[in-house]
This record gives sequence, structure tokens and C-alpha cells, in this order.
Amino acid sequence: MVLSGAEIVIRCLQEEKVEYVFGYPGGAVLFLYDALFQQDQVRHVLVRHEQAAVHAADGFARSTEKVGVALVTSGPGATNAVTGIATAFCDSIPMVIISGQVPTAAIGQDAFQEVDTVGITRPCVKHNFLVKDVRDIALTMKKAFYLARTGRPGPVLVDIPKDVTMQRCEFEYPKEISMRSYNPVVKGHSGQIKKAVQLLLEAKRPMIYTGGGVVLANAAEQITRLTRLLGYPITNTLMGLGGYPFGDRQYLGMPGMHGTFEANMAMHYSDVLLAVGARFDDRVIGNPAHFAEEPRKIIHIDIDPSSISKRVKVDVPIVGDVREVLEEMIRQLEAGEVRPNPDALAAWWKQVEEWRSRRCMAYKNSDEIIKPQFVIQKLWEVTGGEAIVTSDVGQHQMWAAQYYGFDKPRRWLNSGGLGTMGVGLPYAMGAKLANPDMQVACVTGEASIQMNIQELSTCRQFRLPIKICNLNNRYLGMVRQWQELFHGGRYSESYMDSLPDFAKLAESYGHVGIRVDRPADVEGALREAFTTYKNELVFLDFQIDATENVYPMVQGGKGLTEMILSAEDL
Amino acid sequence: MRHVISLLIENESGALSRVSGLFSARGYNIESLTVAPTEDLSMSRMTIVTTGSDDIIEQITKQLNKLVEVVKVVDISEAAHIERELMLVKVRATGKDREEIKRTADIFRAHIIDVTDASYVVELTGNQGKLDAFIGAIDPALILETVRSGVCGVGRGDRVLKV
Ligand SMILES: Cc1cc2nc3c(=O)[nH]c(=O)nc-3n(C[C@H](O)[C@H](O)[C@H](O)COP(=O)(O)OP(=O)(O)OC[C@H]3O[C@@H](n4cnc5c(N)ncnc54)[C@H](O)[C@@H]3O)c2cc1C
Ligand SMILES: Cc1ncc(C[n+]2csc(CCOP(=O)(O)OP(=O)(O)O)c2C)c(N)n1
Ligand SMILES: [Mg+2]
Repeated sequence: MVLSGAEIVIRCLQEEKVEYVFGYPGGAVLFLYDALFQQDQVRHVLVRHEQAAVHAADGFARSTEKVGVALVTSGPGATNAVTGIATAFCDSIPMVIISGQVPTAAIGQDAFQEVDTVGITRPCVKHNFLVKDVRDIALTMKKAFYLARTGRPGPVLVDIPKDVTMQRCEFEYPKEISMRSYNPVVKGHSGQIKKAVQLLLEAKRPMIYTGGGVVLANAAEQITRLTRLLGYPITNTLMGLGGYPFGDRQYLGMPGMHGTFEANMAMHYSDVLLAVGARFDDRVIGNPAHFAEEPRKIIHIDIDPSSISKRVKVDVPIVGDVREVLEEMIRQLEAGEVRPNPDALAAWWKQVEEWRSRRCMAYKNSDEIIKPQFVIQKLWEVTGGEAIVTSDVGQHQMWAAQYYGFDKPRRWLNSGGLGTMGVGLPYAMGAKLANPDMQVACVTGEASIQMNIQELSTCRQFRLPIKICNLNNRYLGMVRQWQELFHGGRYSESYMDSLPDFAKLAESYGHVGIRVDRPADVEGALREAFTTYKNELVFLDFQIDATENVYPMVQGGKGLTEMILSAEDL
Repeated sequence: MRHVISLLIENESGALSRVSGLFSARGYNIESLTVAPTEDLSMSRMTIVTTGSDDIIEQITKQLNKLVEVVKVVDISEAAHIERELMLVKVRATGKDREEIKRTADIFRAHIIDVTDASYVVELTGNQGKLDAFIGAIDPALILETVRSGVCGVGRGDRVLKV
């Protein structure tokens, strides 16, 4: 069948079973939009800013296991998309971004709305392509989806000049794809796995540390089985929350800068550490030299060899897909006779429980002023712990991560690696479209929400009944916290003056707005939002204690054991 | 430590910038980088001379391997290998310098490939040390320009980098 380049692109999306494309039109993509118009299989969500298009597609991908798709025009459309692309890249999210480009003859001529999109995005994509010939579109699209979802996932950008979308050629979508230069390892080396199992069984102070890789590999079930089989303590990074059920006794909470005392101490003093799809980020292990002071053997499972021995030296590297490797570990464990040493394990758990008894997550509630932790706990209660929760970046993000107990993967969507303010609302849009029957809450701050507040309009157009929980502290709270602790209380430019009345603002977009000032009203307002206004977007503007800080805290550059547990430690 | 990394990469436009961008973005050193298509025109072979600790070199090879268009990577300096570099030196050659330069070129087994009444162009191949030595042997005042290709390398004997 002979089709235009634009029609071919849309046919490729259909072949990939893409349900939603998030995008924004412009000159260079007019033919693509024309082709979209003439079919109804792939639905288009018109956002109000290209950054939000990419974030929404990213949120769609995070909440499912599908590849998110965004479509933007050349020049400013592409540059607006860059923050979204970089955000997805840093958290290894599978996405395909299609950008329009000026006609091939105009490339390099400083044409209207021309930027070197492939050049600008090169450092923040898994791969990118400039398609110069209509006959290359189908294969390139096939490669783009294949690259995005296999190996270590990531965003792939396809830049298509306008004339290429006009030209015509025969269309056939390739069934299979293989690339001699790209062959991610899936199955782990069985000898290495054997060594790892042996080491785990010999451990006296074992610890399991899992990350986003468990979520990305859909391996929550496997990690849970392995952890229960061994009886060892486990921690999930910010990106790995929900990988292991929060409520379980073996779960120690999140590690790292704002992790729990018990998780950090157990990480630090373990003699065998099993790292699974986690990359020893500086926000997790603190100062690597301090971390290396305590001798321990490290087993590291990761699909990306470059994640292994990057920041800490690893003793047993296992390159492969988390799920495959864990299955094999479980098989070997179950087949073997050896079981963990019960005495050593009992002594280790005694130590861990002692750390846990510090109750580092306790906070002083108040009848006068709303505490952010309390709002999150109530949100958990009201949603039965079953909501998809997105967040922006700041203190509210940490409180959401700490106090909403995630029992399942793909329920917690946030920007961990890039830490992009403004993702919360578009993530919620993508998640709600992907999971129309689930409750979706966006925990945000009065600063972050304003970075993509225009999307309230998109939410109205597409009837997305998201519940926005704005933890309004009138401050760039996370910045203020650092200024309070490390810059002598000089609050340089961290006060948010001239805030809008968010409830009224939401109303003007056609949504429901509720302002909440008193602790006693928190639960009622949440219930109203999730029941009375079930089918509406509700903007809950919680006026919270502006002085509240996130604890525990490991200061940047410090070691994991050098935690500030509360304001009393200062 | 100095390392010589050889790689095969798909001969696509932009492939070189992916490699050079990787080095600059991650702060790795590049002493030299050479690239040209192989006998199979769909692929280019690149030789990169870099320096770094073992950990850094390990990361460099991993990061290079991670580039989607990179087909194969080896650190050829891990075992016996040969390095060659081409140099063209234009020198002022008048009076008694003409004979002197000719003699030095012969000693280094260099060729004089362009002659005018005031200058020579001397062509010399060898490892970096030999080229450096030649430069050292010539009166700096006589050197008009030097052009060096950067290092090409290949493993000795059975070590073959091929798909
Ligand atoms: C304000 C702020 C505070 C933060 N504080 C903390 C904190 O206290 N604690 C914390 O944990 N984080 C914190 N973070 C997040 C932190 O910056 C990192 O994003 C996060 O720790 C990285 O998580 P991860 O190690 O799980 O890796 P990810 O970034 O999720 O990486 C996943 C790893 O798994 C691998 N992988 C992917 N797919 C597979 C597969 N199929 N099989 C095998 N491997 C796979 C990848 O190659 C990669 O190495 C904070 C972020 C912000 C913005
Ligand atoms: C786009 C972007 N700009 C700046 C920052 C730095 N930053 C991190 S947290 C934060 C404050 C966020 O304020 P708010 O959304 O109100 O959340 P709070 O910390 O008060 O809960 C800032 C400015 C960032 N992460 N992202
Ligand atoms: Mg705030």
C-alpha cells in the first residue's frame, strides 16, 4: 500500500498498539496531524505545553508497562520537550518522541523554527534518529519502539522533516527487528548467580536493596518471593517504592538522604548487600568513601553493565534482566539444601529491630496547624492505599514517599533522577488515561504545581478526575529547609509571594477547588474529593505548617550513618 | 594510565558526535581520536587514545558499548598491539639545512614528499615516540607546520576486532 510519510508514522503507531499520543501541533507536523485526524485508533491528547506532553506520556508509561508517545513540532516544540525527555531518560522510562523538523532542503539554513533537535537531545535520549527518506520511516519507528522498551529502557526521539512526511512510498511494517550493534543481555550468567546465592546463604548481616529496575522489569513478585524465602530485610529506593509491600515486617522503608534510620543502618552495616536494579545513587549511599569504609560483599544485578561498579566496587556483578535473574536465583535456592543460618539471622534481626525502635518516622501532630505527614496518612486511609500517587519535587515529594505506604509497583510516579518540578500534574494525566478505573492523586507544592498549572485546562477538556493535594507551605520548602540547616537561615528567594487562590483558580478552569485550613477538616475534604466529587478534578489546597522539615536527613556529602533524625538532633 | 581503545561503529551520520559527546559529557580525556570506514563500508573503525585509572577505563568501555551504534569495543592496549601514526612536517629548507634535514629524514626512514626551493614536506609514520623524536631532532625554528593523524592501532597476531 502506498502511503504518505505522515500516514506511515500513524500506521506504525497503530501497529505498536499505541492508544494515546500526547502532543501539540505546529507547522512542521501539519501532515502528521492531518493523518491523525483521518483515523480514530490512535487518540491524541492536546496538552497546553510540550513539556507536559512528554511528562504525560512518561506518566502513562510509568503507570503501565507500555511505551509512552509524544508528538511535538520543530524548533520551540522540540526545545520545550527537552525537560520531559531528560526527566524520562534519568529514570529509564520507555518512550518514543516524534518531533517535526524543517524540510530536508532547509536543514542547516537557519530556517524558521529550525533547531538541531538530534544534537540538542543526544545526551538525554537512549538513542535518536533523523529520518531523511520516507522509505526509512517504518524501520526507524520499529527500531525506536524496540530500543525504548528493551534492555535498559529509555526515551528515543525520531526527528522527521516536513517534506519526508509528505512524500509517498510503499508501507510495510517490519515484523522482526535485529540490530548487530544492540543486543542487551537478558539472562544472567548462571555461574555468577550461583556465586551470589552462595554468598547470600553465608551472610550474617544480609540486606536487600532494590530500585527502579525491579519496577521496570515487572519483577515485584519475584523480589517478594526471594525476600520471603530468605527472610532478609529489604529496602526500596525512591524509584523502587512498591516493589516490595510497604506493610511487610521485612520491609525497612526507603534508604538514603530521607530514608529511614533502620534502612540506612542496615545498608551500611550489612556484610552482604544484594542490589537489584538500583544504581547506588548519591542520594542513596551518601558519601561513597564513607560507605566503602565498612567492609561488605556486594552482589549487583543490573541490565546495564555501566551501572555496575560505577560508584561502588561490586564483588559479584550479574548483568541481566532482574526478573530472569531472580527467577534463576529462586530456582537455585529452592533446589539447594542450604538455608540461611538461623542464629546469625536472629541476631541481625534483633539489631535491625533495635534500629527500627527509634521510630524515626514519628512526627508531632497538631490540632492547630495542618502537618503535611498527616495529610499523606489521611490520603492513604481515604484511598485505602490503592491510589496511584504522583508527586512533584520538594518536601511534599519526600513526605508522600515516606507516608503513603505503597504495596504495589507502578503506583508511585515521581521524578527521581532529574528531580523535575512540574511533573506531578502531567504524570497524573497520563496515569489516569492509562488507568481510568483507578484513583489518581497528585501530591504537589504551591511552587511545583505552577510549573505546569496550564494543564488544568487539558484535564478539563479530557475530563480527567484527578485529585490534586497541594501541600501549600508558601515556600520552596525543600530550598528553605537547606537554607535553614546549611545557610544560616538566610531564606534567599525561597518565599512564594503573590500566590493565587488555588481553589478559585481551579474553579475558573471548570474544576472543584477546596481550601483546607484546619487539621480537623483534612479527612472530610479528602473524602469529599474522592466520593462526592468522584468524577471531577478536585484541587485541594492544604495550608500546611510552613516550618515543617523533612526528616530523617543525611546531609549531602555525609555518610549514611550520620543522620539527622529530627530537629532535636540539630 | 594510557589506553588505546578500538571500536567498530555503524557508519551513520552523527555517530562520531555520539562518541565525542560521551567523552566531553563525562569528562573523560581524549588524547587522539581517528576514524574512517573499514573494508565493510557500513562500518567505521575508531581508535581512541585516552588516559585514566582502571575504574575510569572500565566505565569508558562500558559507556562506549552502551551507545546503540557501537558494534564492538576493545582496549587493544591490554595486550600486544601495534600503534602507528602518520605525520607530515613542513620545514624551511634552505642552504645547509636542506642536506641536514634530508639526512635526519633518512635516519628516521621518513620520506620527503614535496620539495620547493625553500621547503620540504616530510612524511613519517611510526609510533608516537618516534614522531616525537623526529620533531625533537629538528631545529624548531625550521618547522613551518606539523600535522599528525592521531594514532591507529591493531592487536598483534590472533587478536582480531571484527563482527
Ligand atoms: C528531592 C529528592 C530527594 C531524593 N531523596 C532520595 C532518598 O532519600 N532516597 C532515595 O532512594 N532516592 C532519593 N531520591 C532519588 C534519587 O535521586 C535517585 O533517582 C534514585 O535513588 C535512583 O533510584 P534507583 O537506584 O532505584 O535507580 P533508577 O534510576 O530507578 O535506575 C534503575 C536501575 O535499574 C536498571 N534496570 C532497569 N531495567 C532493568 C531490568 N529490566 N533488569 C535489570 N536492571 C534494570 C537500570 O539499568 C538502572 O541501573 C531523591 C530525589 C529527589 C528529587
Ligand atoms: C524545574 C526545577 N527547578 C528548580 C528545582 C529546585 N527545587 C527543588 S525542590 C524546590 C522547591 C519546591 O517547592 P514546592 O513545590 O512548593 O515544594 P515544597 O518543597 O515546598 O514541598 C526547588 C526550587 C527543581 N527541582 N526543579
Ligand atoms: Mg512549597
